[in-house]
Amino acid sequence: MANSDRLSENMEEYLETLYRLGQGKERVNTSSISENLSVTPASVTQMLKKLDKKGYVSYSPYRGADLTDEGLRIAKKITRKHKLLERFLYDILKIKKDRIHRQACEMEHTLSDESERALCQLLEHPDRCPDNSKPIPACDLSFSSCEECIKGKESDIGEVGKRNQNIVSIIDLKEGEKGKVAFIRGGHKVIRRLLDMGITVGTTIRVIKSAPFAGPVEIAVRGSKLALGRTIATNVFVEGVEMI
Amino acid sequence: MTKLTSHCSPSSEDNNTWEGGDNHLTIAMAGNANVGKSVIFNELTGSSQIIGNWPGKTVEMARGRLHFEGCDIEVIDLPGIYSFSTFSLEELVSREYIAFEKPDVVVNVIDASVLERNLYFTLQLMEMEVPLVVCANQIDTAMRKGIVVDTEKLQTALGAPVVPTVAVRGEGLHELMDAIIEVAKDRSKVKKTRLKYGAEVENRIEKLTSFIKSKKLGLEYPLRWIAIKLLENDPEIKKLVTSKSEEVIRLSNSLAREIEDIHKEPCFAVINSERYALASRIAGEVQKQSDMEITFSERLDQLVTHRVFGYVTSSIVIGGLLLWTFLIGNLLSSLLSELFNFFQPVNPQVSGAIVSILWNGAFGGIVAGITLIIPFVIPFYLMLTMIEDSGILTRVAFMMDSAMHKIGLHGKALIPLILGYGCNVPAIYGTRILETRRERLLAAFAITFAPCSARTIVILGLVAVFVSIKWALALYVIDLFIILILGRIALKALPGEATGLIMEMHSFKVPSLSVVTKQTWTRTKSIVYLVFPIYIVGSAFVQGLYAFGVLGPINSFMSPLTVGWLGLPEIAGILLIFGVIRKEFILLMLVAIYGTNLAAVLTPVQFIVLALVGMLYIPCISTIAILVKEFGWKPATIISLANLASAIVIGGIAFRVLTLVF
Repeated sequence: MANSDRLSENMEEYLETLYRLGQGKERVNTSSISENLSVTPASVTQMLKKLDKKGYVSYSPYRGADLTDEGLRIAKKITRKHKLLERFLYDILKIKKDRIHRQACEMEHTLSDESERALCQLLEHPDRCPDNSKPIPACDLSFSSCEECIKGKESDIGEVGKRNQNIVSIIDLKEGEKGKVAFIRGGHKVIRRLLDMGITVGTTIRVIKSAPFAGPVEIAVRGSKLALGRTIATNVFVEGVEMI
Repeated sequence: MTKLTSHCSPSSEDNNTWEGGDNHLTIAMAGNANVGKSVIFNELTGSSQIIGNWPGKTVEMARGRLHFEGCDIEVIDLPGIYSFSTFSLEELVSREYIAFEKPDVVVNVIDASVLERNLYFTLQLMEMEVPLVVCANQIDTAMRKGIVVDTEKLQTALGAPVVPTVAVRGEGLHELMDAIIEVAKDRSKVKKTRLKYGAEVENRIEKLTSFIKSKKLGLEYPLRWIAIKLLENDPEIKKLVTSKSEEVIRLSNSLAREIEDIHKEPCFAVINSERYALASRIAGEVQKQSDMEITFSERLDQLVTHRVFGYVTSSIVIGGLLLWTFLIGNLLSSLLSELFNFFQPVNPQVSGAIVSILWNGAFGGIVAGITLIIPFVIPFYLMLTMIEDSGILTRVAFMMDSAMHKIGLHGKALIPLILGYGCNVPAIYGTRILETRRERLLAAFAITFAPCSARTIVILGLVAVFVSIKWALALYVIDLFIILILGRIALKALPGEATGLIMEMHSFKVPSLSVVTKQTWTRTKSIVYLVFPIYIVGSAFVQGLYAFGVLGPINSFMSPLTVGWLGLPEIAGILLIFGVIRKEFILLMLVAIYGTNLAAVLTPVQFIVLALVGMLYIPCISTIAILVKEFGWKPATIISLANLASAIVIGGIAFRVLTLVF
């Protein structure tokens, strides 16, 4: 199980912070990281250089850093574990909202992939954390839907393949960007409804428009246009994103 | 399997619901939402099904008749669906209709401009092995989008007749009927083209089909379709087969597992993807997409879903429809009233011969009907039909989705709510486009507060005429706020997970003049036929009651509420009782008793409070009836009581606040 180049907890915290501040795509400057983690700018710079050398971020002095593909993968995973734990603490253990964040922060680094999956199944594949803000990233297992993950419950986590590409929710696509459906999160009903509307794995989806105030997303799929409510759109993940 | 029938008579054992006879045929129109089924249905049968450019208008089957070349044909318009899985009532209803009633021909109407999605449903009809005729509608829209469909090629690929049509202009419908009759006469016209799925899936479907065949279960459905549905894990079919043979279920489970092992996806998803892949392949073969310039419709689309202008247009649709009705109605109404005054001033008559009293009342009813219904109802429905027909409602639903979440609904619920401006009854019926009973209840509750045309008449007749237009408009704004606030409260009372929005956005259309006028007439007609007699009889009845002094005791019984709490004159008691039948009665009775010069009887505050209370206090009797029919007695009672409570509270507060203002 032990990973030879396992990151330290501290490094994971950095990647997580970069992910949160940069929304997973933008460059983040040193000062906002130092503010967020309450460490001196000097030690932030030092750490970013270290992460750059390991290939998790690309850092340029005075301009800050952004995540590489590999860094993004790890950052998403940690963020996901954090948010799943928050849900678990809040929904199941009934711990007060203001205390869950700090506890999840400590537990996230030790949660195994196997427990992460079991937790997700127990909580019925949640898509948002308790404060209902940012969506929970999708898992990195090579399932096409949650149903498949539940069906193969007994299968060992080691046997389940990992995704070789980062997948993104269609709410994170810009207008005019397209990608291929890789994963749909949610219960049986939602998945069936989406499949009937032609949103099957491998189909190309192009985002036409995203309504303001967390409104629906309009997509072009199979020669027609569909409006998907924000929650449903959050749970449709695509890969190979490109601008047309 | 295929029975060859001579002429156009179906074999009688196939069709036990039809009363028989020689030249009878039953045809069913099936297809996706908003492809033009109802337009074709209307054109063929001369019926007046309501049509419009938004998905889900036809929520229940409609039936009509037509005579064509000596055949007596019954046409069934099925609700628009995307699939035969059983997640919505419409899907189940359509599937069972086709399977059990076995129409002689199923006409699959497809939108030629969205071929791939539509063919997905065509493939499912083919799986059901129905005698199929495909109607490739909206060929013109497709052309405008730069899509040319080769219908000959499509015909070869599907093995069923394909007829291109432009239904709104009636083009191709004669050819469509010819094809239908031909298929009805000779089902071999529809070749049993078996569209094959990928080998891993196809082989297992065939294996399961022949196993089911060997078991001789005597099922209504085609065997291959049963096999596919079993592999898809369809709950209804599984239940049906389990009761007959456990072995079949065991085999289907193990075959499904094999498919899942190969594809690493749930079996239903695999079959689904296969079906779409096939649809996509056929669509690719038969259509040519030329380079498309951005059409006017696209530009318009960008404007009405723009992050700023989108809200402007949405507000115009939501508020402007009311404003338009109001301003135009006001103008027409005063013109008409003057005209009537010229002939004979309407003054109540409370003494003299009974016949004379009643006649006077009845005449008042006629005048009220003409001066109230025609000026408001016609302009309103004219505009509503244009809005419906253009396709803008889906854009408004798109823009307002997040706002609707505040009352626990998604954007699509706004469509019936806007229809509720006309009449609450069809609007509540229209909530069937929503996915769950809970959402339908929430929407129906909100609709019972929507300012329907009857409420508009009350607001206008009382407030706009005798207080000011500004106050009348303020009442609408207050009403929209009340909907929002009470919607929030209802959401607290009925918590639950909201279903997300999944809605097809169809292209814009220029509303067709003939559709708009026809539809406006259909809607106005039904009101005229229903309401005029009620107005006339009701008006005469009340004047009679008044003359015989029956009203007094009722009014004084209700006076603690009407006079004490709401500050209204005593007569309000009887007004509100009659208003339950139809809200306009509040105004009508008042005129029947006091004549048109109401300013002598009520103060400005009383006008406003009476209109406000009248607007809120109870859904009218037809609305209550539809609530009972759709949801049962208990929810209908609760909604009605909630209306009453809100009217009493808000009316009482308004009386006290307004007394300070005036």
